[in-house]
Amino acid sequence: MMETSLSKYILAIITREAGLVSGGGAPVFMARDKEEQEKIALYLTRITGGVIHDLENGVYILVKH
Amino acid sequence: MEDYLTATLLGSAWGLLTRYLMLKSDYRQFPGYPHGYVTHLSLGLVASLLGSLAIPAIFEKEFTAVTFLSLAATQFRDVREMERKTLSSLDMTKLVPRGPDYIEGISRVFEARNYLSMLMALIVSGTAYIFSLQAAIPVGLAVLLLAIRLMRGEVIQDIATVRPGEIRFKGPNLYVDDIHVMNLGSEGARQKVMERGLGVVIEPKDDDARSMLANAGQRMAIAHDAALQLGIYKDVDTPEFMPILRRDLDTGRVVMVIVPIEMDMECLLLAVSRVPVLESAYSRPLQSRAGAGAAD
Repeated sequence: MMETSLSKYILAIITREAGLVSGGGAPVFMARDKEEQEKIALYLTRITGGVIHDLENGVYILVKH
Repeated sequence: MEDYLTATLLGSAWGLLTRYLMLKSDYRQFPGYPHGYVTHLSLGLVASLLGSLAIPAIFEKEFTAVTFLSLAATQFRDVREMERKTLSSLDMTKLVPRGPDYIEGISRVFEARNYLSMLMALIVSGTAYIFSLQAAIPVGLAVLLLAIRLMRGEVIQDIATVRPGEIRFKGPNLYVDDIHVMNLGSEGARQKVMERGLGVVIEPKDDDARSMLANAGQRMAIAHDAALQLGIYKDVDTPEFMPILRRDLDTGRVVMVIVPIEMDMECLLLAVSRVPVLESAYSRPLQSRAGAGAAD
């Protein structure tokens, strides 16, 4: 049985600032501070199997590799 | 009649011995289950029986019997197919997959080893029949040693120098020496990589080696073998600890970051040095006029 899955695909976006992200296919999660952002990202990475990447402007993306 | 029998038996036994020694000679490529042994030894026996029959058949002027060898060739092509299928389906559940190139290499080796047993059996039974039983044993030993020597491919340390590399972060970006490896967003993951991670730099010795290391399948094989031998600090839900190999475009150097269970740099270097150079990655651009000219 072959497992088929998407790769190099943004699964979720976790941001501390609303204005930095808009539209797109991935759900956007708002975080109040860095600690909450880390926590949400960690939960999502464990659940989805994506890797957290830091765009260094307060936005984290979760990418399936 | 008696001569045929002894020659054939000796030839088959020799072929089977060859197959057995080759099962043992390469632990990384072997599936490891008792059933795997049985399958491959049985096929080896069939191969050596067919091989050892060829010379007596020719002497009996039974030329049609020799066509059995072509039948055998078809059979053993299925061995490659079988290994490829098994290994590919098992690869999906591995934490660090072997990759298609490595699997293809292993399958080819398994197919070729049957032909080798067949050839061994043919040579030994032929010598025993034409000359004598006493002559067959040294000839068999000589070709066996020759085959084992010739079938040993190159390993990474033949084409590159492997040395420790320094892991560091610039913001979320992970570097080994000066080569960017990946962007790691999670603070916890970064800490773990700093605590437990090991970095390795693989420097190609020449342009041929550079092109071999550029092959993504070859790099997957390196990651798989290193993770297999040192253990991997990773589970199915922690993809961030997947060993990663990245290439420096300017120099052709390849760096690896791995978070092993056993944090032993010496053993890691040893494991990486011993990874076989895959047939699909093997290339010799320096042999061509354009390649050699461009390299200066």
